[in-house]
Amino acid sequence: MNTYIKLLIAVLLPFAALSQDKVEGMVVDGGAINTTLGLPGANVYWMNSQIGVVTDFDGNFSIPYDAQYHKLIISYVGFESDTLTVDQPRKIKHTLNPSNALNEVVVNQKRDAVQKAYFSSQNVVTINSAELLKAACCNLSESFETNPAIDVNFSDALTGTKQIQMLGLTSPYLLITQENIPMVRGASQAYGLTFTPGTWVESIQITKGAGSVVNGYESISGQINTELVKPLTDNAVFVNGYANQNGRYELNTHLNKKLTEKWSTGLYIHGNKRTQKEDNNGDGFLDAPLANQINVMNRWQYQDPENGWVSFLNVRFLNDEKQVGQLNFNPDTDRVDQKFTAANQLGAPVLNGTEIWGSEINTRRFDTSLKLGYVFPELPFQSVGFQTSYSLHKQDSYFGLNTYDITHESIYTNLLFNSIIGDTKNKFKTGVTFAYDGYDEMVLTDDYSRVDTSIGAFFEFNYDNLDNVNLTAGLRVDNHNRLGTFVTPRLHVRYTPWEKGSLRGSFGRGKRAANIFAENQQLFASSRTINITNAGGDIYGLDPEDAWNYGVSFLQGFTFLDRPGNVSVDFYKTDFKNQIVVDWENPREISFYNLDGKSSASSFQVEVNHEILPKLELRTAYKYYDVNTDYTAGNLQKPLQAQHRYFANLGYTTEVKENGAQWRFDYTVHALGKQRLPDTSSNEEAYQLGAYADPYSLMNGQITRVFSNTFELYIGGENLTNHTQDNPVLGADNPFGSNFDTSIVYAPIMGRMFYAGFRFKL
Amino acid sequence: MKKIILTAVVVLMATISYAQDKNKKMTFDVNGKCGMCKERIEKAALGVKGVKFATWDIPSHQLSVIMDENKTDAMKIKTAIVAVGHDTKELKATDEAYNSVHPCCLYREDNSDDSGHH
Repeated sequence: MNTYIKLLIAVLLPFAALSQDKVEGMVVDGGAINTTLGLPGANVYWMNSQIGVVTDFDGNFSIPYDAQYHKLIISYVGFESDTLTVDQPRKIKHTLNPSNALNEVVVNQKRDAVQKAYFSSQNVVTINSAELLKAACCNLSESFETNPAIDVNFSDALTGTKQIQMLGLTSPYLLITQENIPMVRGASQAYGLTFTPGTWVESIQITKGAGSVVNGYESISGQINTELVKPLTDNAVFVNGYANQNGRYELNTHLNKKLTEKWSTGLYIHGNKRTQKEDNNGDGFLDAPLANQINVMNRWQYQDPENGWVSFLNVRFLNDEKQVGQLNFNPDTDRVDQKFTAANQLGAPVLNGTEIWGSEINTRRFDTSLKLGYVFPELPFQSVGFQTSYSLHKQDSYFGLNTYDITHESIYTNLLFNSIIGDTKNKFKTGVTFAYDGYDEMVLTDDYSRVDTSIGAFFEFNYDNLDNVNLTAGLRVDNHNRLGTFVTPRLHVRYTPWEKGSLRGSFGRGKRAANIFAENQQLFASSRTINITNAGGDIYGLDPEDAWNYGVSFLQGFTFLDRPGNVSVDFYKTDFKNQIVVDWENPREISFYNLDGKSSASSFQVEVNHEILPKLELRTAYKYYDVNTDYTAGNLQKPLQAQHRYFANLGYTTEVKENGAQWRFDYTVHALGKQRLPDTSSNEEAYQLGAYADPYSLMNGQITRVFSNTFELYIGGENLTNHTQDNPVLGADNPFGSNFDTSIVYAPIMGRMFYAGFRFKL
Repeated sequence: MKKIILTAVVVLMATISYAQDKNKKMTFDVNGKCGMCKERIEKAALGVKGVKFATWDIPSHQLSVIMDENKTDAMKIKTAIVAVGHDTKELKATDEAYNSVHPCCLYREDNSDDSGHH
């Protein structure tokens, strides 16, 4: 017993001795409402020593005192660290204050604004938000101007709406999705891209060539997917204001809130307005529409990573009004066909020659979508996804004497299952799709209402040997009430022969029902008569469009002068088995007919990207298109399509200062070769155009001054060389006459334009 | 009755003997430091027949795998990993295998998280 006591004393003695030289105390949470709450887990240590302790559950600590140390550091993640001078053993009660979020150290890795995938089997270019800021793009249709994968074209002289093209084909041949739900299609084809405000876009993925079978059979030349900002990750408050010289104003407001650990919501409000009448070319027509748009979206995000559930719910409402035509047109008094209905006149309009030509395009749209995803917690490679969306799109419009009204009600549902075969080198996706499209369409006085439904199943297999081969093969079978039952095969292969090299090949089929009027609305703003050569088909008397797309591309990364770059070359060809030929070759009419003969679109592109000096990046591309179709007049190149295009973008940024301050400079040039114009030789001489439009170039630039992480200003200019088309409105002197045509637009109508704006975020 | 019990026992025994998990989850330490190591480790693990899923976390050096116990076991996976030059707790890679990794992946000197530099 004695020995035990002795032993005990011997063991305890040093502690007793040391207990004289201890610093004891408590660390208190200064951020808590009850400031006497202890802070467990805080670090307490002597500066320049190995001696340190952690506070216990109640925030208490006890650290041996050593005369050689004087500075006691108390720190905790999320709190400001404090250094106390301690010269003798004593009791301490110390309050730690939560650190200001703005002073947090954020380590950012540099990410390229445009990322090209080296490893995926598909030729995908990702544009992230940094790239979208290079041009103060007002909406999605304008956000591709700094990127060579997509060409931006002007659709008509009236609305100046920018249409996009890929591989030489217009947007109807692209599948445009928003978070993988088809979006710009059917009635919204012409203006749909202008309905997504630029600030709502988080990133864009552009896939060239045959896409995936997962989202349907409609894509022919490629897919553009837009990811919107997410309530959980977007700024709590974001405001963007924009104004340009031509009287266009935009305001974007985002408000995001995290409601609980799992729920977040965001309210996004966009408005734009143009009330100023512009006519720089003196043709008596507005150069840009008078416009008014309100766009409101509410998103709900649910995230429960522990149980594997993710969900999004979106509700959105849009009201878009455009007025175009002659400068002094007043829709309330000058609308011509209203006068006719008022007078109950039938038959051909009798005009007295004093009428004013005008047009209004009013769209209301309601969208809602739900996404539900479940990842099996025990099997991270296995998941189930469900997407459903409903949209109601109502466009009421008239163009002079022509009335065009369309209501499109759409339902889309996709159920998707992801898993593996054996191991994660062999993945598959399978599922079913259901789509309903109800169209209520009045074209002049003809009713083209119809209902389309389709149901389909798909299976897509992906093999990745984790090294140099990646392959995606997909197949879907669909049954559509007008397209019939058909299969859509698609294949993508990527092979890496050496480091940073990526060789890809793809082929696939696409099939679609062309919405000839919605897609070619510019025809209404002309005196052309509509001519459908009825072939007895199911869609406007026409057959479905059917095409195969083949492509190869090669991407090689390199380092030149110690700085990174990449070069890519690609060639794609789209071969139409059937196409609805849109024939503008007779200036008195527009004809739609099934392809009889050959039609193909080939595109070749070389692109070089390089950081030529530190922080100075150059992106440059040359593109060649051969898009030819057998018209009734013979095989012709597609009109209003430049065969040669050159693109360059130069971006320079200064080093980011500690508070986020930075300068950014951007300059883009597009050069377009000559474009074939539709035949106007049968017009009177005054209304004839040449066979080709002259080559020209366009330049845009923008300077952004970031003052801090919360505020930035930008100014920019578009069309800096002030190149405009001479006579965008053919027959402007007599808009109700037979020569009137606003559809032949090959260059900007608006001259040099400057804009300025700000972005504020919290 | 006896027969039923006997049958039940036999059936249960069979179930027990086949109660090898088809989706057995395991994690173990594997040394490495960067994205290249991650690729190499995961590829080696997935190369073992029966391994369905493998992901290696750079900062914690933890390799999580899901495997079919009927087809493989932890030792087989570890053997495959040391064969490409990455040490595990129980098995060390041979010097030859270790020296075959890219020079920037040589983790034995410096076992830090180097993911930010690659």
